[in-house]
Amino acid sequence: MIEKRELICVTCPRGCRITVEMEDEKIIRILGNTCERGKKYAESEIKDPRRMFASTVRIRNGVHPVLPVTVTQPFPKDRLKDLSAELRKTEVTAPVRMGDVIVKNVLGTGIDVIASRDMESVRS
Amino acid sequence: MNLRSEYDVIVIGAGPAGLAAAIAARQNGCDQVLLIDRDVEPGGILQQCVHNGFGLETFKEDLPGPSYAQRFINRAIDCGVQFLMDTMVLAVSRDKQVTVSGALVGIRTLQAKAVIFSMGCRERSRAQIRIPGTRPAGVYTAGTAQRWVNIDGLMPGNRFIILGSGDIGMIMARRLTLEGAQVERVVEIMPYLSGLSRNLVQCLQDFEIPLFLNQTVSRIIGKKRVEAVEISAVDEKRLPIPSSAEIIPCDTLLLSVGLIPENELTRRAGIEMDERIGGAVVDDTFSTGIPGMFVAGNVVHVYDLVDYVSQAGEKAGSSAADYIRGKTSYSEKKVKTTAGKNVRYVVPQLIRPESLKETSILLQMRVVAPLEHRVELIVRDGEKEITRKRLPYARPGEMVSVSLPQSAYDIVQQADEITVEIL
Repeated sequence: MIEKRELICVTCPRGCRITVEMEDEKIIRILGNTCERGKKYAESEIKDPRRMFASTVRIRNGVHPVLPVTVTQPFPKDRLKDLSAELRKTEVTAPVRMGDVIVKNVLGTGIDVIASRDMESVRS
Repeated sequence: MNLRSEYDVIVIGAGPAGLAAAIAARQNGCDQVLLIDRDVEPGGILQQCVHNGFGLETFKEDLPGPSYAQRFINRAIDCGVQFLMDTMVLAVSRDKQVTVSGALVGIRTLQAKAVIFSMGCRERSRAQIRIPGTRPAGVYTAGTAQRWVNIDGLMPGNRFIILGSGDIGMIMARRLTLEGAQVERVVEIMPYLSGLSRNLVQCLQDFEIPLFLNQTVSRIIGKKRVEAVEISAVDEKRLPIPSSAEIIPCDTLLLSVGLIPENELTRRAGIEMDERIGGAVVDDTFSTGIPGMFVAGNVVHVYDLVDYVSQAGEKAGSSAADYIRGKTSYSEKKVKTTAGKNVRYVVPQLIRPESLKETSILLQMRVVAPLEHRVELIVRDGEKEITRKRLPYARPGEMVSVSLPQSAYDIVQQADEITVEIL
């Protein structure tokens, strides 16, 4: 019995409509992707769905009160709310450089949270 | 701030278009390039777009908005662009005098050899879509809420309704949900999504936020603060059907109902406008009708990808450098581009056939309504076909582009007008 799963790829703005054909929980065919990343997305979406994630953390002494941050790799989809809650408890101090690690190995995932931009300190 | 009285190029607006334009002007030999912005730092709207998805074309990486901006800011600093932040441009005269005002420099008039307008867009607000009801606090544009949450660290409410399925609205629905708010639903007056379908997946479906098509907010309820909104289904004329009205309690209504190019300065400078899109009429070098005045980015028409905004800025910057070097001829022939069947508009509105001697020309357009099947884009001069391109589909939310190859020179050179249609 072949089961079909319809997906929209989120890897790039093109948004390809992908059909994954499954038999006994196994992927047998992937259709509709225009590139290799689409195939990878479809495989991951079936086995272990992940998303890129971005948010902000509080920053002391910065030109703004919050600093935008992102993750070094796509994050497990079902734990995005936990990650968001974790970052609400996080505070850093300016100055910060783009790429600085804000939280290492966040929630034990092996993924780091990093600064998305430079932020100068108001007194520097 | 050590301000000169004369510059080669003055760029107005330090968002992605302005940054790329200023960098390109410097790299093409302009010594004195000044980039002016009313915000305290460069980067424009990218600074509040903390989400990922930027730069896949330009950097082959998936970057958050502030990182995309940071790379261009660093490049601009490295190549010697001068910045004038926290300063408002009040007017640009026909002879390219730029009057600025701000606490850093007072009121000053600066002379430029070339001016690049890259002011971007403003959001449409409640006044422009005329929602009936009371006038309480709690009705904001999605971009305003985005700035409060992502730059100022403030939450504008607890229970949200979002009107409009544009990308900013969907991205805010996700952001607010992750910050602990309740987003009741996203409503869209049109029968189709107006943003990218990937945002439907990763911003709404991932968080089980319902999207309702063919619905609108027909009334706002509340005295001091929004208490509820009335939502109605719409008929074929997109007017609310009274019998369908339902009242949904909420404390905040966000509007993601479109962008308007911000062209007050452009109009006052006397530049000819294309009123269908609210931007200046441009040729393929992003030159306006006034020699030495260029436009780039969302101030021309609304793009859906920042990478293309940067490319437009780069083109405008190098065109400004060409103009200063006297490389641009204003007497050469220009050919009009016309929107044919299913096409709402085409940018640029004019092309210089002579440009094809050096490079291909990119035409960008949007379709009138979704075409959810294989389509063909055809560029022609009357009966003579210039080029064609196959597309898997065409949707109003996604810009369509086609390149006029250099081999089209002979046909284009003889044409008065070329038409683009999507069938």
